[in-house]
Amino acid sequence: MDFVQNLVTTFNFILQGVWVTIGVTLVALSVGLVFGVAMAMARVYGNSFLQAVAAVYSVIVRAVPVVVIIFILFFVIARFVNLSPFWAGSLALGFASGAYQSEIFRGAFQAVPPGQMIAARAIGMSKLQAIQSIILPQAVRLALPAWGNEATLVLKDSTLVFVVGVPEILRRAQQVSARTLEPFMAFSVAMLLYLILTLVTTQVLQWFERRYRLQM
Amino acid sequence: MSTATAPILRIENIHKSFGETRVLTGISLTVQPQEVVVLVGPSGSGKSTLLRCINLLSPPDSGRIWLEEQEITAPGVNPDKVRQRIGMVFQDFNLFNHLTALGNVMIGLTKVRKMSKKEAHDLAMFELERVGLVDRAHHYPAQLSGGQKQRVAIARALGMDPHMMLFDEPTSALDPELTGEVLEVMQQLAREGMTMIVVSHEMGFARQVASRVVFMEGGVVVEEGTPTQMFEQPVHERTRVFLRKIADMDSGGR
Repeated sequence: MDFVQNLVTTFNFILQGVWVTIGVTLVALSVGLVFGVAMAMARVYGNSFLQAVAAVYSVIVRAVPVVVIIFILFFVIARFVNLSPFWAGSLALGFASGAYQSEIFRGAFQAVPPGQMIAARAIGMSKLQAIQSIILPQAVRLALPAWGNEATLVLKDSTLVFVVGVPEILRRAQQVSARTLEPFMAFSVAMLLYLILTLVTTQVLQWFERRYRLQM
Repeated sequence: MSTATAPILRIENIHKSFGETRVLTGISLTVQPQEVVVLVGPSGSGKSTLLRCINLLSPPDSGRIWLEEQEITAPGVNPDKVRQRIGMVFQDFNLFNHLTALGNVMIGLTKVRKMSKKEAHDLAMFELERVGLVDRAHHYPAQLSGGQKQRVAIARALGMDPHMMLFDEPTSALDPELTGEVLEVMQQLAREGMTMIVVSHEMGFARQVASRVVFMEGGVVVEEGTPTQMFEQPVHERTRVFLRKIADMDSGGR
């Protein structure tokens, strides 16, 4: 096999993993977003019980390596509920990202001036209505720069799901290098694909940042 | 004693403390419909706290408040519903930063009064017209001057169709040349018969618009009366000294 043919085979094989990587990243980010916002709300606006739950979640999850969470979900919990490697891996990543996102959103909630809540309550909004319509839209805008950073971290952490056999970019690079015996080529292609995905992600998020910038 | 109309607001023996600090120490006050009450007093005398007790933003520790004959400090009263009837305007405006002037007025209409987008839009434009800001409807707070922000805040409160309005030092954060436009809007509201409680040291406004001036100190009412009584012949020495001081500041600042 000559060099070009090898490159084409390698590239095509790894390229199929791009969609898996994107899928894992999107699921993990969405799950993390839901956990993160909910936990941040509990931290900032909840009663002492909810605050404690959220604080414990954040501390424990951030203290445990993500791979360990993936293993627990795949080898322990997946025995009781039917979870494919893809879902076990993505959910575990999302659960982990949720802890980091909760810190991002906690800071954002606290950065919204207190007068905003008071003014919302003064026109008759309930606390929940005020959080939904006044605080959250501003907090999301304040959180965007840090959230964009977290998005690229999750994109790169998506490589970790390969430990449970999900055929994403890295897993496929490893497989094809075993066949072609050209690891440098395989991992270079993987690197290039990650670079492109990261650049696209940051560009999209920067567009959002500009579009929804908050002037105070 | 019988009066033609029932009071719109009756406050009886309100106490409020923050930790060790006793801010309100048994204050009572009655306001008739269409009255404009101007609250004056040294800083820390509890004026702002009293306003926040009235609309239950910070509920009193003890004492009772009646709004239009309904006791709003009674257990089981929904404070959100009470606040819809009492408009409030703040010293530092507190406009919603992520919404335009129009959006600021509309959001209470759609979320709290449950109006349709179209209805809310039309009423919001009407309220902005009342404060003379139709041409700024699509500006964000950051693009408005202080006086314009405060007028939007007044329009936002008016949109809820309040039965009375509370103003917490509405011109204190404004440059002197911008206070006029806000006071003008408030004066117009008073002429239209809005019941208002105004915490302010704008003595010109008090003289011209107030039906009553209330002097507070140490968490209680020291003295109250018509502007003429209060400015010309106050009974208490403390009132006289305080009003003299702010009158001097007022003329010195011009």
